[in-house]
Amino acid sequence: MKAGKIVVENLYKVFGNKPQEAIAKSKQGWSKEKVLAETGAVIGVSDVSFSVEEGEIFVLMGLSGSGKSTLIRLINRLIEPSGGDVFIDGHNVAKMSNAELISLRRRDMSMVFQSFALMPSRTVLDNAAFGLEVAGIGRKEREKRAMEVLKEVGLETFAQMHPHELSGGMQQRVGLARALAVDPSMMIMDEAFSALDPLKRREMQDLLLELQKVHRRTIIFVSHDIEEAMRIGNRIAIMEGGKLVQVGTPQELVDNPANDYVRNFFDTVDTNRYLTAGQLMANSVPIFVHNGVAPDAQVVSQKLQELDKHYAFIVDENNRFYGSISLEKIALLVEGGQSCKLDQSVVKQITPVPEDMPLDKVIARLVDNEGPIPVVGGNGQYSGAISKGRLLTRMQGE
Amino acid sequence: MSDKKLDLGSWVNDGVQHLLDNYSDGFDSIGGLVSSFSEGIEAILMLPPAWLLIAIFVGLGLWRIGARFAAFTAVSFILIVLTGFWEQTVVTLGLTFSATLISLLLGIPLGIWAAKSERVATTIRPILDFMQTMPAFVYLIPAAMLFGLGRVPGIIATVIFAMPPAVRLTNLGIRQVNKEIIEAGQSFGCSKTQLLVKVQLPSAMPSIMAGVNQTIMMALSMVIIASMVGAGGLGNDVLASIQRLDIGLGFESGMAVVLLAIILDRITESFGTKQSEKRGTLISWVSAKLQRQ
Repeated sequence: MKAGKIVVENLYKVFGNKPQEAIAKSKQGWSKEKVLAETGAVIGVSDVSFSVEEGEIFVLMGLSGSGKSTLIRLINRLIEPSGGDVFIDGHNVAKMSNAELISLRRRDMSMVFQSFALMPSRTVLDNAAFGLEVAGIGRKEREKRAMEVLKEVGLETFAQMHPHELSGGMQQRVGLARALAVDPSMMIMDEAFSALDPLKRREMQDLLLELQKVHRRTIIFVSHDIEEAMRIGNRIAIMEGGKLVQVGTPQELVDNPANDYVRNFFDTVDTNRYLTAGQLMANSVPIFVHNGVAPDAQVVSQKLQELDKHYAFIVDENNRFYGSISLEKIALLVEGGQSCKLDQSVVKQITPVPEDMPLDKVIARLVDNEGPIPVVGGNGQYSGAISKGRLLTRMQGE
Repeated sequence: MSDKKLDLGSWVNDGVQHLLDNYSDGFDSIGGLVSSFSEGIEAILMLPPAWLLIAIFVGLGLWRIGARFAAFTAVSFILIVLTGFWEQTVVTLGLTFSATLISLLLGIPLGIWAAKSERVATTIRPILDFMQTMPAFVYLIPAAMLFGLGRVPGIIATVIFAMPPAVRLTNLGIRQVNKEIIEAGQSFGCSKTQLLVKVQLPSAMPSIMAGVNQTIMMALSMVIIASMVGAGGLGNDVLASIQRLDIGLGFESGMAVVLLAIILDRITESFGTKQSEKRGTLISWVSAKLQRQ
């Protein structure tokens, strides 16, 4: 068994005669252009390997002609691979018999197309039920299931209409319903929203994300729209000339683009929008520990003055956020030299923000808050602080 | 004609004679089959009284096209009845239907085959060109020699003449189905048969129906010509009017042909173009039945 829901290993697709020769030459280090000139074969997909985790939205990006549409068709074998392997749940699709392939397609995978690819003579309901019909499910049962998915995509009242009576966005909802009806564990979406106008595209992205919350499926999503890729992708793979250039989370690609080709994709995007609390935070606020005994105000005050800081955070012995205190507040507490413990009664309670909170929400919290706000990791432990100054520095690009 | 360098014609004569000498039993049985088939169709058309048959056509016109066309159909048929050409019109209709059905029965599967195989497509293309462009009268000679005079050679010649559009437009229709629709069919796990029946044929239906329409129109024009070998129907009157230089008879019988042609054309055309606009049509019903299987 291979790790990952979908594992692609050294996959090649060569168009033209003598594919094996072309692959051999390519492995020797010949460029795509040289292979074309010498053998007449076009290398569509060249030595691509990657792995998609269960439940992940994996976005394939690239300019037109970069081989991304070919690559996804190699995964469900609408196009025969010339070399390499594709494992789905550990089964090698590239080596399956025709019958096994048909059974896999009926049972566990479906596809959404750029041009929607609905059958014009079928009603919306019959289109949505298509996959089930092909799999031999009886009329009553498949129509019931199709109606359920039409409801999920908000089209139940259009069930008896024909595709040409619907708008583009609605047609693609039918395409999505058709793909969901077979209840696949994985879906392949080929530029599924590219033909829609920007508003409808966003709406469909939201719908997809909503559907993912209800039932997490593994999705390979082809796109040439970087905003779309960053919005919906858990990870993004960038293709160029049939090769995979870089794979990573949106943030990894923004932070460390492998080359100019990748960097160019992000040029048009305001990448700050995709910053999260975890990336914004720093260790800029001094930490004091409340280990059963609250820290002494005098000590904290002295330390803050030494460090030239205005705020301190207090955490408990388990490194959980306890409270915040400002230098001004301490000054009031210890006025006249009296001693004071910084316990629950004097510190300021702030709800910490999680590391994955997006920038816009972080800004809202900072506006509401006088001082810096604490950030906690997935385990609830304190991991850093974000102040207004820190935020501005980070957004300017350090 | 002895000064010909290449006597292609005498080879053809010899060829037909050879067929006649050696395979006359085969032709007889084909002829018998065609004959009983077309007699059956004619008998069905003759079965209802004239007014009922007219009502059926008017009803079709009303359902498929609209009230104005239905009125036109009614007036046309009443005109034909009043001028005394009803019986011949029904015979012509029967011949047209017989030839059309045989053409479709052969032509549509051939078109599907051509769409699936490049080799078949390139092989039949010149044959179809030949069938369509050879002057229609020429078919009548071997047809009459092989099958004798009467309705059979008429129908056979008509089938040869009228079949090409059915083949061509079926082939074209299937080839023109959007590539992503085919991929959609495959990606949901269609077998080859399912892909044909559930995806390609329904999507190609408008084109196939255009082929059916063309076939009917060509069949109608050919069965008139086929009166030369004694096929019967309105063609007999047209032929008689030419022989007698009777312009009045020619006009009356010719008009009956024209009206019949318009009615058949509009009705069959409506099944192709309006398929996706009107719900509950015969075609979508048929394709729904096919898909259900």
